Amino acid sequence: MNWRALRHNRRAVAGALIFALFCLVALLAPEIVPYSPSDINFTPLLHPSASHLLGTTENGEDILSQLIWGARASLFVGLVSGVLISLIQLVTGVFAGYVGGVLDMAAVGVTNVFLVLPQIPLLIILAAYLQGGGLLMLIGVITITGWAWGAKVLRSQAIALRDRPFVQAARVTGESRSHIVSAHIVPNMLGIMVSNFFSASLYAILAEAGLEFIGLGNINDITWGTMLYWAQQGDAILLGDWVWLLVPGLCLALLGTSLGLLNFAVDEIANPRLRRD
Amino acid sequence: MPPLLEISDLTIGYGWQLPPSVVAVRGVSLTVARDEIVGIAGESGCGKTTLALAASGLLDPPGRVLSGSVSYQGTDLASLSADELRHLHLTEISMVFQASMNVLNPIMRIRDQFHDAMAAHGVHSSEEAREQAEETFDLVKIPRRFFDAYPHQLSGGMRQRAVIALAIVLRPKLLFLDEPTTALDVVVQRSILQSLDELRHELGFGIVFITHDLSLLIEIADRIAIMYAGAVVEEASARELYDRPCHPYTTALMSCFPPLGGPHQRLEGIPGQPPDLRNPSTGCSFAPRCPKMIAGTCETVDPPTVRRGADHRVVCHLYGEKAADHG
Amino acid sequence: MVSTLGLPVETNEGSSPALEVRGLTKNYSVGRIGRKKVVRALSEVSLSVAKGEVLSLVGESGSGKTTFARAIAFLERPTEGEIFVGGRALPRRPSRHRLRDHRRQVQMIFQDPYSSLDPLHSVRYSVARPLRSFGLVPRHAEREAVVELLDQVGLVPAEDFLFRYPYELSGGQRQRVGIARALAAQPSLILADEPTSMLDVSIRLSMMNLLLDLQRSRSLSLVFITHDLGAAYYLSDRIAIMYAGRIQEIGPASEVMGEPKHPYTQLLRRAAPSPENERQQGAQFEAAGDPPDLTSLPPGCPFAPRCPFVNSRCRETLPELNEVGAAHRVRCVLYD
Repeated sequence: MNWRALRHNRRAVAGALIFALFCLVALLAPEIVPYSPSDINFTPLLHPSASHLLGTTENGEDILSQLIWGARASLFVGLVSGVLISLIQLVTGVFAGYVGGVLDMAAVGVTNVFLVLPQIPLLIILAAYLQGGGLLMLIGVITITGWAWGAKVLRSQAIALRDRPFVQAARVTGESRSHIVSAHIVPNMLGIMVSNFFSASLYAILAEAGLEFIGLGNINDITWGTMLYWAQQGDAILLGDWVWLLVPGLCLALLGTSLGLLNFAVDEIANPRLRRD
Repeated sequence: MPPLLEISDLTIGYGWQLPPSVVAVRGVSLTVARDEIVGIAGESGCGKTTLALAASGLLDPPGRVLSGSVSYQGTDLASLSADELRHLHLTEISMVFQASMNVLNPIMRIRDQFHDAMAAHGVHSSEEAREQAEETFDLVKIPRRFFDAYPHQLSGGMRQRAVIALAIVLRPKLLFLDEPTTALDVVVQRSILQSLDELRHELGFGIVFITHDLSLLIEIADRIAIMYAGAVVEEASARELYDRPCHPYTTALMSCFPPLGGPHQRLEGIPGQPPDLRNPSTGCSFAPRCPKMIAGTCETVDPPTVRRGADHRVVCHLYGEKAADHG
Repeated sequence: MVSTLGLPVETNEGSSPALEVRGLTKNYSVGRIGRKKVVRALSEVSLSVAKGEVLSLVGESGSGKTTFARAIAFLERPTEGEIFVGGRALPRRPSRHRLRDHRRQVQMIFQDPYSSLDPLHSVRYSVARPLRSFGLVPRHAEREAVVELLDQVGLVPAEDFLFRYPYELSGGQRQRVGIARALAAQPSLILADEPTSMLDVSIRLSMMNLLLDLQRSRSLSLVFITHDLGAAYYLSDRIAIMYAGRIQEIGPASEVMGEPKHPYTQLLRRAAPSPENERQQGAQFEAAGDPPDLTSLPPGCPFAPRCPFVNSRCRETLPELNEVGAAHRVRCVLYD
């Protein structure tokens, strides 16, 4: 990885800083929360004040504490889903595409089935069917619905690389298939794969929040999505409690933006042609 | 009557600031008469494509003419407005680029691409355009039925002919060809060149033919200019160049094409590599690779331009005054 | 002494040709279901290459010469035919072990120097890989072996090139790295697929000289694929002319070029640029007809539609390769 170019790319730096901030908050959550996020002993529906910087919810919980705690869920779901989706894409897209033959045909068949199924309706139906499940259920449902498109893209890229002379040269010089995929194919597709990872993570974060907002998932978990759910249930808009409704959404948007920024910058960096000193 | 094309002491650079980071063409002068084929030979990086772009008015920033001029039929191209220059293209001056069979839009039928080009230059009636284009197809020997086809339905050679047809459909007077047949088979290449020659006689236009294949140029060109590192090092009629090459680069280049028969002899190419134009050197740019370099002179002093016969000039110390000192 | 394929063979017994090919055929299936067509890229090609010999395979695009190389290198599985390397037959479906053996013996140099090296790996990596995958050199001696190879292909000082990446090298330098990589496996046969066509003219000769020198010093057999007749003549002992997937003429270089017998060879000879031809003004060059359509070849000689000497026999029956001289064979009814 070209760390120097990373430092100089403003988008990458901005995205990385914001993302790092969220990570830090998530990791240090138990230390930095002012109160326990599930503590319902405070006066409900307080406006922002010195003791409750973002006010309280209808149930008497401190919003700021919930916000900090919610970062954990979003990052957890986002990153784990991203990794799982990328792994599936690696096998069905990259490996199958390179190897070809029956394995590839099977992979393409499965990919196409999942592509034909409408993503969001399927997401909602599965989550509803598995009602009550928590973050792990959401990760499962998101992964199942989110891998197909990227796999298609990675497969065509792998196939294009397979026909490049340096890959054929690797075959002629006796390299094994798995070595060719890991040393030649994947590194030359790294930009797209990392980009796919960021896209998948973004999808996961937003899907999780969306599902929780409509009440699927475990409404007793403390996440940004469930905050939005409760805010909606508590008629936050009618009551003028815009802080409660706004801040979880803002965090989602910021986290999503940071992933988007990192995504923009990745491709430029994966290229050794920029390694001029 | 002014010559068809006159390039005077043209210097072209690339770069967004001044002075530009690379000088691609240095002080080139060249003339093309009507109905003449002038060949420009050189390897990659010698500046021949840049020269052609500037001479046909197609040079875009960051390329810039730094000094000198290009005149078409007596008119300085720099004095024309962008619109006038645009009008010159296809109607007076045309260019066919390297591997331009890939330049045809793959999702448009050929006839539509012709219509577009011709309409942009005043031929609006589609019947007229079609007739003219089909006639041109006959001239370049493409069956007329391909006029309504998509580019991928033609072979590489046919596509190249189609691109040439597009270049001459409005009967320009000057045609630039940059490696037009390099990507093609030798048989197809030969028949396209033959067609071009016939066309030239029939329609009457001048050709500037740019290629690295010097042996090809000797066969087809009237006059040849050899370029190296942005400058012309030798210029003569094809016959004269073949019989009496003067510049060591010319001789070396000619021996880079192994013959098709005769006794087996070991040939040597030219050692070293073409110079990096970002770090121009003093003196003759070929000096580091030249087998006949005169130490103390060639690396430091710019070589003079010397006349060796009626239309033969060479830029080399071997033939200048200094040569007398070294015998 | 002459082998069954009309090739003079070294008289020491037990010395099999480096490469022998019999009836090699490769067909591709193209098109959608219901509209499938068969592209006959190679049809019944038989030839042999002796140890230490250079054979040029000359033809234009679509002639099958690249397909031939890919089939021998086993980048594609032949549809039919037999391949023998050093006398050993290569099974139709070789085991992994057997294929590795084959790859050690047969290496390839590719046409495009700009895409035949992995841009993300250093020169050292690319050249060392074959040493490692074939287990030719112990790890601690690897660097030295790479340095020696780079030295032999003229990349000096070799240490400077070890850690360079392809984007830092010129086309000629990259091609030399490709040659070093091919040599690393210590093969007995190298297939060079148009290795100079994408290089600058002044570099081509030094590349060809390098190949010649390496080939001679190591007694390598070289199959040189090209469309450039001059290069073929310069490098090779024998030349084979291919058209529409078949060999049309094969014989010693001086004979094939000096007195080409097959009408197609004659056409190529006339078409090639040659300053000695001077200005062929008025000399009409007939090249009527289009290149062959490999999905629908005529029953007889594939060159018949374009041949100035065609007769009814040619159109109906495919001529055999017949001897017209010592080790010189032509596929044409004119010589039946």
